[in-house]
Amino acid sequence: MPHDHPHHDHGQEPPSDIALRVKALESLLVEKGLVDPAALDAIVDYYETRVGPRNGARVVAKAWSDPAFRQRLLADATTAIAELGYAGGQGEHMVAVENTPTTHNLVVCTLCSCYPWPVLGLPPVWYKSAPYRSRAVIDPRGVLAEFGTELAPDVEVRVWDSTAEVRYLVVPERPAGAEGLDEAALAALVTRDGMIGTARL
Amino acid sequence: MNGVHDMGGMHGLGPIAPEADEPVFHAAWERRVHALVIASPTRGNIDAGRHRRELIPGPDYLRMTYYERWFAALCAMLLQGGAVTAEELASGVADPAAPKGTPRLAPDQVAPALSRSGSYLRDTAAAPAFSAGDRVRARNLHPTGHTRLPRYVRGRTGMIERCHGAHVFPDSHAHGGGEAPRPLYTVRFSASELWGPDAAARDSVSLDLWEPYLERA
Repeated sequence: MPHDHPHHDHGQEPPSDIALRVKALESLLVEKGLVDPAALDAIVDYYETRVGPRNGARVVAKAWSDPAFRQRLLADATTAIAELGYAGGQGEHMVAVENTPTTHNLVVCTLCSCYPWPVLGLPPVWYKSAPYRSRAVIDPRGVLAEFGTELAPDVEVRVWDSTAEVRYLVVPERPAGAEGLDEAALAALVTRDGMIGTARL
Repeated sequence: MNGVHDMGGMHGLGPIAPEADEPVFHAAWERRVHALVIASPTRGNIDAGRHRRELIPGPDYLRMTYYERWFAALCAMLLQGGAVTAEELASGVADPAAPKGTPRLAPDQVAPALSRSGSYLRDTAAAPAFSAGDRVRARNLHPTGHTRLPRYVRGRTGMIERCHGAHVFPDSHAHGGGEAPRPLYTVRFSASELWGPDAAARDSVSLDLWEPYLERA
């Protein structure tokens, strides 16, 4: 059987070396009383089901439909986002940056993988990978083009490199034709990449 | 440290490869690594954790996946912190003479703990040296330890956009030197200042930089 394909989560395959090593470490820490395996299950469940870009989409949809909330979000994003119940690790100090017809925002972490977990969930692999981390600051327009996002030369590109514990959320422009939609319908239009800034909606 | 993790501005690291409908985790072991890092008794100093990953030798760092790095750093932190011994890590079996610990997180504590916001902001008597609109130069520093001052801004001049108050200073905190809070600023650099005359004239890059990284320009 060939085993040269990149996917490694199929139940029929023998566990990889790293899978065995991780299992061994977990067993050791459980045996030593340092972690509770049920707590590990709860952590996984939290990041698979409780946080994700739908949280950020609710924030953006509310900003689009509630001018007072938009003002609060742009003035103090941490507090405004907490109004919707979103808070926690990697979202301690939030800043919302708004796209306009003349300004486009793009978020990166060149040094590691900083990302606003409470509103966007865990980052996609490409966001944490060397190609994006290296080029987003030196060639943001080229990176955007790779995502199919072409910007006119007169649009100003603002890149935010998350070098501290401040986390950035891009508020995309509301798509044309979305007038009159309620918040739930607006939220359905908001994508993860739109809130990182690699896509326009 | 001037490691390969500090990759802003590099070329040649390959194409960006977004994956359609990407799952949160790609393998069962990635789920466990993520959870182990959060539940580990070494949790609590995010800066030390970041530095552990930076200490992975450059060629390995570039070859490893994200969760492979997390796992390697977790093992190193557990060893360094004395939570496990090298013998236990190699054998996977606890030393029978070792005392039994208490998990840092019980299952019912997980969701409240993860949805609670700590803060890196600290009270300090010292007034910030800079204010919005000031022109500052990122100092030409090359510490061999942990720093959050990327190479690509060192020696470059930008403008203070805002002050975030005094935040825990990673260069100290990562090395057991305490939180040593210092004023944190968002500093905006024009793309042409960073990348030269071919950069788009109106584009810019903003970074969050602590006061010791900056000098008045």
